[in-house]
Amino acid sequence: MKVTETPPAVPAPRSPVTKTDAPAVGAARSSEGKVLNVFSHGVLIIWAVLVVMPLLWAVMASFKSDDSILSTPWALPDRLHFENWSRAWNQAHMSDYFLNTILVVGGSLIGTLLLGSMAAYVLARFDFPGNRFIYFLFIGGMSFPIILALVPLFFVMNNMGLLNSVHGLILVYIAYSLPFTVFFLTSFFRTLPTSIAEAAMLDGASHTRTFFQVMLPMAKPGLISVGIFNFLGQWNQYMLPTVLNTDPDGKVLSQGLVELATSQGYKGDWSGLFAGLVMAMLPVLAAYVVFQRQVVAGLTAGALK
Amino acid sequence: MQHGKYRFIAGFLVVPLALYAIFVIWPFAQSIYYSFTDWTGLSPDFQMVGFDNYSRMLDDDIFWKSLQHSVLLALLLPLVTLGLALFFAFMLNVGGRRRKNAAISGVRGSSFYKVAYFFPQVLSIVIVALLFQFAFNPSSGMLNETLKAVGLKSLQPDWLGDPDLALYCVMVVLIWSTVGFFVVLFSAGMASIPKDFYEAALLDGADRITTFFKITLPLLWDTVQSGWVYMGILALGVEAFTAVQVMTVGPGGPDYSTTVLPLYVYQTAFRDAQAGYATTIGVGLLIVTMLFAGIVMKLGRRERLEF
Repeated sequence: MKVTETPPAVPAPRSPVTKTDAPAVGAARSSEGKVLNVFSHGVLIIWAVLVVMPLLWAVMASFKSDDSILSTPWALPDRLHFENWSRAWNQAHMSDYFLNTILVVGGSLIGTLLLGSMAAYVLARFDFPGNRFIYFLFIGGMSFPIILALVPLFFVMNNMGLLNSVHGLILVYIAYSLPFTVFFLTSFFRTLPTSIAEAAMLDGASHTRTFFQVMLPMAKPGLISVGIFNFLGQWNQYMLPTVLNTDPDGKVLSQGLVELATSQGYKGDWSGLFAGLVMAMLPVLAAYVVFQRQVVAGLTAGALK
Repeated sequence: MQHGKYRFIAGFLVVPLALYAIFVIWPFAQSIYYSFTDWTGLSPDFQMVGFDNYSRMLDDDIFWKSLQHSVLLALLLPLVTLGLALFFAFMLNVGGRRRKNAAISGVRGSSFYKVAYFFPQVLSIVIVALLFQFAFNPSSGMLNETLKAVGLKSLQPDWLGDPDLALYCVMVVLIWSTVGFFVVLFSAGMASIPKDFYEAALLDGADRITTFFKITLPLLWDTVQSGWVYMGILALGVEAFTAVQVMTVGPGGPDYSTTVLPLYVYQTAFRDAQAGYATTIGVGLLIVTMLFAGIVMKLGRRERLEF
């Protein structure tokens, strides 16, 4: 209503179509602004190059021969050496590492989301003695340094016969993902409206049925956020498998890559190592480019609360 | 209904709680106990030795070296990372002037920068460390080749092999991989600052530096503070362990110049078979972590602002 009275100094915030520059801000400062502009644009571009270059360089190196990686690191490949990729995939066991990682992460992700949402739902929606205590017991886990528990954990796993097994690793991943998952989903379940759940209960649905058929579908956005967070964390896990999973056939991707790097150091198969690295990088990078918004939301959701 | 309710609650809590108790709580409780024993980790026999491990730790040169490195990381990493991230986030969200007819907006191409900067965050620290290990390679790595190419052939540092440089190389890698996360986090925080604050400052003739220090930083302080704690825990914990373990010679070398506390715990327990002493160092690490978080929280509280 007051559109015509908008002071000229501040351009109307919501009119992105018109492209007229607003010249009213003092001209004296424009030179200062320019120096700052050149400087800050320069820094922004430099950082972008610093971030993207190593990744592009790795992709390029994965298609080169060993000689040219070492002698002319900045040159383009003479031809695309696809044999690096097949060598890494077959002989360096990247295929096995991939399969192991998918099994472990798949199992633990499903387990984390299911168990995490069950615990969070109960803690968020029901009053019972000990509710607060259990909640803080879970939350406290976020501040523990994992390395401290690692030594006893090794022997707990050993005594239970769970060392060097896929299901053992899955259980540990789930346990260490629970603190953040419960923390995040508890606050999420609190924000969901109660009326729909109450209606379902009136219609005769049990608590369990209400949870699985009404509440869980409603919590989907929260599950996606926390799911992405856990997926990246578990996919990239290195310390837990290094200690708890030393069986050469059961290695996960991150362990396999380190193994590849140490043994390749002697054999000098750098191109194979780079092919392996890029192979491990590409799925997450591709997923990030496609689901960018969700990934960013999922990873930053916890820190902003 | 009441009976059904409690059965339901118990049914939903029992599995998650059991897992959590067995694999997280129980090992933590045990580790405090083991820190008072001479347990090797190999045989089931051990004895209580009271505070022997603790007094040994205080006389251990390598412990003090690792502590020094860990503390240096916990102080320097957040400073550089958050500083860079604040600058980038400010430029990307508020730095642009008179674009799109909005008083406040990011510089040109800000959405591209936000996507690109976040890239390293989704990669595992192992991949990043391996990549940089090659870049730091003194004879054929990217860095020295670049130095050669621009005519600085005489300047060919041994990067990870030089005790004075190695720890800083590790630091660079950790900074490289986390700045993007904080750029995005701070961007989200800046988006929630009311636009009229900026417009008012603009009308009063404030330049960008003033705007940043008088408006953006104070209103973003809570986010910066939790970022500081997060980054410090990362520098004292898993990420620093992984980077040092994968990248450095030894690992932890050369000559213990890059050993950090978590790595020392790991080596003492699984390489030297001194599980009892390792948990003692672990308790030391826990204390340092708690102190760090406590100090940051306390220092930060004074400057808290509401809007």
